[in-house]
Amino acid sequence: MSIDTETAARVAKLARIRVEPEALPALAQEFSNILGFIEQLNEVDVDGVEPMVSVTPMRLKRRTDGVTDGGMQDKILANAPDAREGFFAVPKVVE
Amino acid sequence: MMSDLTKLKISEARDALRKGDVTSVELTDACLKAIDTADALGAFVHKTPELAMGQAKSADDRIKAGGAPDLCGIPLGIKDLFCTKGVPSQAASAILNGFKPEYESTVTSQLFDAGAVMLGKLNMDEFAMGSSNETSTYGNAINPWRRGNDATALTPGGSSGGSAAAVAADLCLAATGTDTGGSIRQPAAFTGITGIKPTYGRCSRWGIVAFASSLDQAGPMTKDVRDAAIMLEAMCGHDPKDSTSADLPVPNFEAMLTGDIRGKTIGIPREYRMDGMPDAIETLWSEGRCMLEDAGAAIKDISLPHTKYALPTYYVIAPAEASSNLARYDGVRYGHRAKLAQGDGITDMYEKTRAEGFGPEVQRRVMVGTYVLSAGFYDAYYNRARKVRTLIKRDFEDVFAQGVDAILTPATPSAAFELGKKHVDPVEMYLNDVFTVTVNLAGLPGISVPTGVDSNGLPLGLQLIGRPWEEGDLLNTAYALEQAAGFVAKPTQWW
Repeated sequence: MSIDTETAARVAKLARIRVEPEALPALAQEFSNILGFIEQLNEVDVDGVEPMVSVTPMRLKRRTDGVTDGGMQDKILANAPDAREGFFAVPKVVE
Repeated sequence: MMSDLTKLKISEARDALRKGDVTSVELTDACLKAIDTADALGAFVHKTPELAMGQAKSADDRIKAGGAPDLCGIPLGIKDLFCTKGVPSQAASAILNGFKPEYESTVTSQLFDAGAVMLGKLNMDEFAMGSSNETSTYGNAINPWRRGNDATALTPGGSSGGSAAAVAADLCLAATGTDTGGSIRQPAAFTGITGIKPTYGRCSRWGIVAFASSLDQAGPMTKDVRDAAIMLEAMCGHDPKDSTSADLPVPNFEAMLTGDIRGKTIGIPREYRMDGMPDAIETLWSEGRCMLEDAGAAIKDISLPHTKYALPTYYVIAPAEASSNLARYDGVRYGHRAKLAQGDGITDMYEKTRAEGFGPEVQRRVMVGTYVLSAGFYDAYYNRARKVRTLIKRDFEDVFAQGVDAILTPATPSAAFELGKKHVDPVEMYLNDVFTVTVNLAGLPGISVPTGVDSNGLPLGLQLIGRPWEEGDLLNTAYALEQAAGFVAKPTQWW
C-alpha cells in the first residue's frame, strides 16, 4: 500500500510526534516501504486461526485486591521535569 | 595476585575467589582499569566505580564468611535498559536524559542480592530498537573484532551491542542483555561470545524499560556456556510484580551440563537456508550439524513452513506494542521536556518533546505501530499478524511433537558488518534478525554459541532453539556444541 503525505501527517498526529511538513514526503515513502514488506502476510491463509493472546499458555496470577505500595510522593516526583507543590506541572490545559 | 584478571570466566573467578587467589576488589579494580582504557569501544556509557568498589568490598566479606552464592564478587556490566536505582538508566534515548530510577529492576536486584558487582551501564540501540547499536543517543558501540589488519569499524550488533563489546573485550566478566527479536543472540554471534534468551516468562520484566512486552526477555551474555548457565539461574524466577513471569522452579542449570547428548534429536529446518547466504555461514551450519551428530545426537531434517513470515509479523507486533509502551514518554513524569514557545499548549508539549527526544528509528516504529493499530487497519495488520504468530508457534510445536529436542540454525545471516552500511534502508537492517525473531514470536529459549570464524577472521555463531522451559537441556546441547567446536579466538587489542 502506498501511503500519502496526508496519512503520514495523521499518523504523526496520532503518535503525538511533531513532524515538519517538509519531512512528510520522505516519511510517507518510508511507511510505504515498511508496509510493503509487511503485506507479505496477506499470502498466509489464516482462516479459522485464533490470534495469539499469550505466547505461554498460563493463567495470569491473581492476588487480593489491596494496596501493596504507596506513600512515596517525593520519589514519584523526583524525576519530573517540572513538579510544584506535590504535583506534576504542565502547560495550561483549559483556557 | 593473578594476571589477566579481566579475562577470567565467571566459573574461574568463582573458584579463585573461594580459594583466596584473588579478591573481588582486585577483580573489580582490574575491570575498572580495563574500562577506562576502552572508551574507543563505546561500550560503557555510565561508569559506576564507587558503587562497584563498595559492592566488591561487601562481596569479599561475604565470601570470607562462607556460603556465598556463585555470582558473589563477580563484576558485571548492565545494559542501559535495566532500571538501576540512583544510576542513569535511559535506554540509550535522549528522551530519558537525566532519568535516575528510584527503584531497582527485579533482575538486577536478584544479581545484586547474589553479590554481583555492577561496573556501569552498557550501550545499546535506543529502546532496544536496532541491530547494529547505531540508534543510540550515546553514539555507536564498536566491535572489538576487526577484519584482520583492516581498521574498518564494525558493528558489535544490536541491540545489546555494548554488552557484547564489553564481554568480548574482557572489560567485565559477563553482562546482562535483553532480546526482543535477537538482541542478545545476534550481538553475541558478532563478537564471539555466548548469549541465551530464555523462555518468555523465565525472567521478570519488571524494571526493564519496555519495548514489546509480549516479546521482551532478559538474559546473560557471557564468555562460555557454563557462565551462561550460572548467570541465567541467578536472573530467573517468579516475580509477583510481573504477571507474565512464570511461577516455576528454577533448576540448577550448571549441574545439567554433562555434555552428553546421546539419544537427543536435533532438527535442521530447511527454511533457514536462505538465498544468497554466505558460504561461510553454510559451512558453519553443516559443521555444527556434524559436531552434534558425532556427539551422539540424531539429526533430523525438519520444516518450519511459516518462517518467511516471521519478520513481517514481528514488524507489525513489535511496533504496535512499542507505540503503546512508549506513549508514557510525554515530558510530564520523567526525562526530557521540550522548551515551549509562547502560547504552546499541552499537545504542543507532547509533540515537541517526542520529536526532540526520540531518534529516527524509534519515531518510525512508534508511527508504524500507531498506524497498524489505528481504526480501519487493526484487523488487516495487527490481528492478521497475531494469527500468523499462532501459526509460527504451531510450526515449532509440531516439530517438538515429532520428538525434536533442539533445533540448530545459523545465528545471523552474515558476520559483523561495517558501521554506517545498512542505515539507509530500515528493511535491510530488519533482515539481520531473520534467524532469531521466530524464537521470540514463539516464546522459546534460544542460545547463540560461537563455533567458527569467517575468511576475515571474524567470529560466527550458531543458534540452538529449545523446548519451552527446558533451558537446562538446551544449555547442555550448547555445551556439547561448544566442546566440539573448541572456539578460543579472541580479538586483538587495538583500543
